[in-house]
This record gives sequence, structure tokens and C-alpha cells, in this order.
Amino acid sequence: MQNAAAGPKGIGPEGASPGSEVDQGRRRFLTLATSGVGAVGAGFVVWPFLASLKPSERAKALGAPVKADIAGLEDGQMLTLAWRGKPVWIIKRTPAMIESLTKVKAEVADPESSVQQQPEYAKNETRSIKPGIMVMVGSCTHLGCSPTFRPDYPAPEIAPNWQGGFYCPCHGSKFDLAGRVYKGVPAPINLLVPPYRFDGDTNIVIGEDQVAA
Amino acid sequence: MAIVPNPYKTTGVLGWIDDRFPLTKLYRDHLSQYYAPKNFNFWYYFGSLALLVLVNQLISGILLAMHYKPSAAEAFGSVEYIMRDVPWGNIIRYMHSTGASAFFIVVYLHMYRGLIYGSYKKPRELIWVFGCLIFLVLMAEAFCGYVLPWGQMSYWGAQVIISLFGTIPFIGPDIVTWVQGDYIPADATLNRLFSLHVVALPFVLVGLVVAHLIALHEVGSNNPDGVDIKKFKDPETHIPLDGIGFHPYYTVKDLVGVSVFLIIFVGVICFAPDGGGYLLEKPNFQEANPLVTPPHITPAWYFGAFYAMLRATPSMFSSALPGVIVMFGAVLILFTLPWLDRNPVKSIRYKGNLTKALTLLFAIDFVMLNYLGMQPPSELYTLLSRIGSVYYFGFFVSLLFIHNFETAKPVPERVTE
Repeated sequence: MQNAAAGPKGIGPEGASPGSEVDQGRRRFLTLATSGVGAVGAGFVVWPFLASLKPSERAKALGAPVKADIAGLEDGQMLTLAWRGKPVWIIKRTPAMIESLTKVKAEVADPESSVQQQPEYAKNETRSIKPGIMVMVGSCTHLGCSPTFRPDYPAPEIAPNWQGGFYCPCHGSKFDLAGRVYKGVPAPINLLVPPYRFDGDTNIVIGEDQVAA
Repeated sequence: MAIVPNPYKTTGVLGWIDDRFPLTKLYRDHLSQYYAPKNFNFWYYFGSLALLVLVNQLISGILLAMHYKPSAAEAFGSVEYIMRDVPWGNIIRYMHSTGASAFFIVVYLHMYRGLIYGSYKKPRELIWVFGCLIFLVLMAEAFCGYVLPWGQMSYWGAQVIISLFGTIPFIGPDIVTWVQGDYIPADATLNRLFSLHVVALPFVLVGLVVAHLIALHEVGSNNPDGVDIKKFKDPETHIPLDGIGFHPYYTVKDLVGVSVFLIIFVGVICFAPDGGGYLLEKPNFQEANPLVTPPHITPAWYFGAFYAMLRATPSMFSSALPGVIVMFGAVLILFTLPWLDRNPVKSIRYKGNLTKALTLLFAIDFVMLNYLGMQPPSELYTLLSRIGSVYYFGFFVSLLFIHNFETAKPVPERVTE
């Protein structure tokens, strides 16, 4: 570059015999080629550095999807299992339980599930892929206590129009059988529906999204 | 190669060094013969105080890192160990935690000084840009440090801030996992934030401070009158007539500032180390628990204004991305200040009344946003945050043209007393 100032042809650096001409085109080519190869090399070095920040094999194993066999689940029964350190509930809902969801619609805060507390494929009336099977994370959206399963009704001590659901013993938050939060309780939003998919009819994989059917 | 005799005619050990290293040259260029305007006022304390706090953070931080354990299982316990069992450990930790807040106080005042006296204007644009980079790195550094005690607020603060990356379309969730090194903030997250906090970011920070000072000493300091002191020099010595050597004149003046600052600083460390829950937040005295969310998650006070702007921006297309853009935009717009401000007058002393009022209102607005960012959201607060956010950006835009609507006062040739 500094030779550009020395004249159109350029004079070689110190030590070159006076008058010897520098091939500027060749010099430019070599500079570009060297820089290009260097940049590719730097890219190859940067990749493992950045990739080392991804979850380690141990973290992946601990956060791996969990498979649940629901063949033995009776009508109205609930199964609890742990996924990424949180309790996950699987409830086999009876037709009466599914019907109860419409009965309490006026009393829940977010009946349409407008807050993103569920994958897109579970954003429906029953907050599930199959209405008969409810999957959700069993920690209260208020302060993370685990609510109690209260399918029995009537239960006037919980709510006058109790149709079955979940009651949080810590601060009294109430949820229906789709995890929708009641109005006027401390919990602000519905219970979280984790990503899950069916593997055959009797297996559920929690932590993996359902592939668009 | 023969040694070139140094031009300072120093002898003895100093002479030997000066023949090999520009020690006397550095001392003169940056201290005894760095001529600063003689009319520096109260506002000019905060640069040297920022340097003092940086040193405080480095020393107390090195000592803390000798006792702290960067693992999710041990971090909280090791902080308690520092507080209870390490000799003087509680004082050293309070120096570091109070120092973090002090850093932001002096840096905010230092930046406001630059704003009112036009210290970012030509030829000092790069000083301002380096300063903005320092501010940006300081925010990252403070965030990482905030997570290290692994208390409830550390954990959920990290959760909220890292999830901001999740708002990036398409690749957001994968970026979050990559940043965390896990599916939730976990051991890997804490460990890497520790690495950034004690190695990477301090390195960058100190490097930027050096660049900030080199740029300053190249073009010289601005002053409250915003006039160029190099225009009038002593014809024989070529020393600016309104300039005085940084050492001893300003080193001694800054010592007064340091004394007052240390009285307050030590007072806080000894009598109110948690600052009523603002310097050390109450939920952070509980260990991180991924299953229990604190009732309301607040950022550290010094991020309040930016957090308020994040919350004030409504979601669009069911994405929180606009809020994230506004929040980062609030920091990035600072970089453009030297080119936004078209006012030919540098110092607020000679600007019109309109600019004076708007600049004062900007300070009030920033303090208000800071307060709102720490409060639980309510309808009134959201409205105020929105007005405050619009004014924050509006102020910068107004600098483009506002001087056309006012009359400036005449700027003196030389500095006033």
C-alpha cells in the first residue's frame, strides 16, 4: 500500500535493487489469497469454540425427552413423572371431565389460551392433542408450588361451581382440568403445557414436539 | 543499534529507563504536561471517580474470586461462606456489590456531563463512542456478576435477560439453549457467566478505558464553556493560556472528590450495605430455585430505565421482539449522539432555553424510567413508561433541529472564571 505513494509503478522496499519494478498485480493477488486462506482458517478455529458452548452431552442426557407408557392409565386417573426437574402430569380425562371445561368457561381467566403457555398444537378448547389425554407441567404459575389434583365435585370449600380441577395449597390458586387458571386467584396465567407427542397409541414422549400431522 | 540519548536529559536509573522506555515521556504527556482547561467544575469529578471504582472492582473482585465457587451446587454456599467465615469477607463483598452500583452512578453522571457540555462534539466523537462501548460492556459485566451469587433474583434475572434472545425470529429458542448451555439456566450457564465476568469482559473493559483516555489526551479535554483552549497559546511555551497541568492541579482537585466519594461509599458499605434492598435485593438471600418464581422480578436498579422501556413496548404479531429492539435501541442511540446533535453551540451555558429545558427534562425522564422499571406493572405505570420511552428517543431526535427554534447566547472566546 505504501508503495502507491512512490509512483504509479512503485519502488521495491529497502534492499531491492534500485529501479527494479514491483509487479503490483501479483502483490495484490498474493495479499488477497493469503488473507482469504487465513480467513477460512480462522473460521475453522472459531467453529469449535462456539460449538463448545452448546449443551454438553451430560446436559443433553439430563434434559432428554421422557417417555411415558399410558396403557395402564384408568379413566380419570393421573400419572406424574419428572421432566427436566419439573413434575409433569398426564390425566386420562373422562367425557364428563371434558364437558366440565365448557361449564367453567365463564370462570377462568384465559379460556382461549391466548397467553403462550402451550405449543401451537395444544392451543384449543381442551389444551391437548387428544381431548381425552391432558399433559401439563404441574407447577403453579404463581410461585411454583405443585397444585393438588381435586377431581371430586361438588367441593364448595374450593368454589361454588367446582367441576374438578387443581387447587394449589400454598396460596389458593385454582385451575380447571385443562390447567386454565380461575379468575381472581394469585396465579396470573394458565399452567404450562410442555411440548409432547404421541408415539403409537399408548406412549407419550414429553419434551419433543409433535410433527405436523 | 546505538541508544539514542533521550531528549529529557534524565540521568541515573530514570535516564537508563528513558533510553529504553518512554517513561518520562508518558508521565509528561499524560500527567504533568497534559494541559486541561482551568475551569473544570463539579461535573468533572466523575471521570476520575469512575477510574477509582474500576480499580476497586478489580481488586475486590480478584479477592472474591479466590473464595467463590462458580458452580450451581456451591455458588450460593460459597457466597455465604465469604460473608460469614472469610476474614473481612463481608466487607470485601460489600465493596464489590456497592462498587457495582457506584460505578453506574458515576458513569451516568459522567455521561450526563458529556451531554450538557457537548463533550461528544467534534473532535471528540471517538472519545464518546469508546465511552458508549465502555457503558455497554459495563452493563454486560454487571449482568454477569449479578447472576454469580445464584440467589433467586440472580437466577430469575438471568432467565428473563437470556430469554430476550428467544424473541429473535426462527433461531431464537436455539440461541437461548446455546447461550445457556442447557435447556434452563443451569450450572453451565453460571460457569460461563463467571468466565465472562472475571476474564473476558474485564479485559475488554480495561482496554476500552485505555482507548478512551488515549483519545481524550490526543484531542484534549472539553470544558464547561465548550471553547477550544488551544486557540490561545503562550507564544513562547506553546502552553494553552487557559490550560493547567493535569498533575498537580487536577490530581489534587480530584483527591477532594475522591475523599467525599469515599466518605459516602464507606458509609454505605458499613451502615447500609444492602441499600434497603436496592443494592442487594431481598430475594437474592434465598438460593436459586428453578421451580419457584419470585412474586415480581426486578432488574438491578441501574437497568431500571431500560427494563421499563422493554416492558412499555407492546408485543406485536404475538412477539416480544419490539420491546427488545426498543431496549437495545435505547443504548445504541447513545452511539449516534455526536451526529444527531446539529447544534453549533457546544455547552449548555450558551444554548437556548428550549434546549436547556429539554435536557433537564431528559434527566428527570431517565430517573423516572429507572423508578418505573423497578415497580410492579400497573396501568398508570405502563402509561408513564410509554410516555417516558417516547420522550427518551424523542429527545435525541429533537437534537437534530431544535436549535433552529431558539436563540443561542454568544459564546466567549476564552473560558470564563
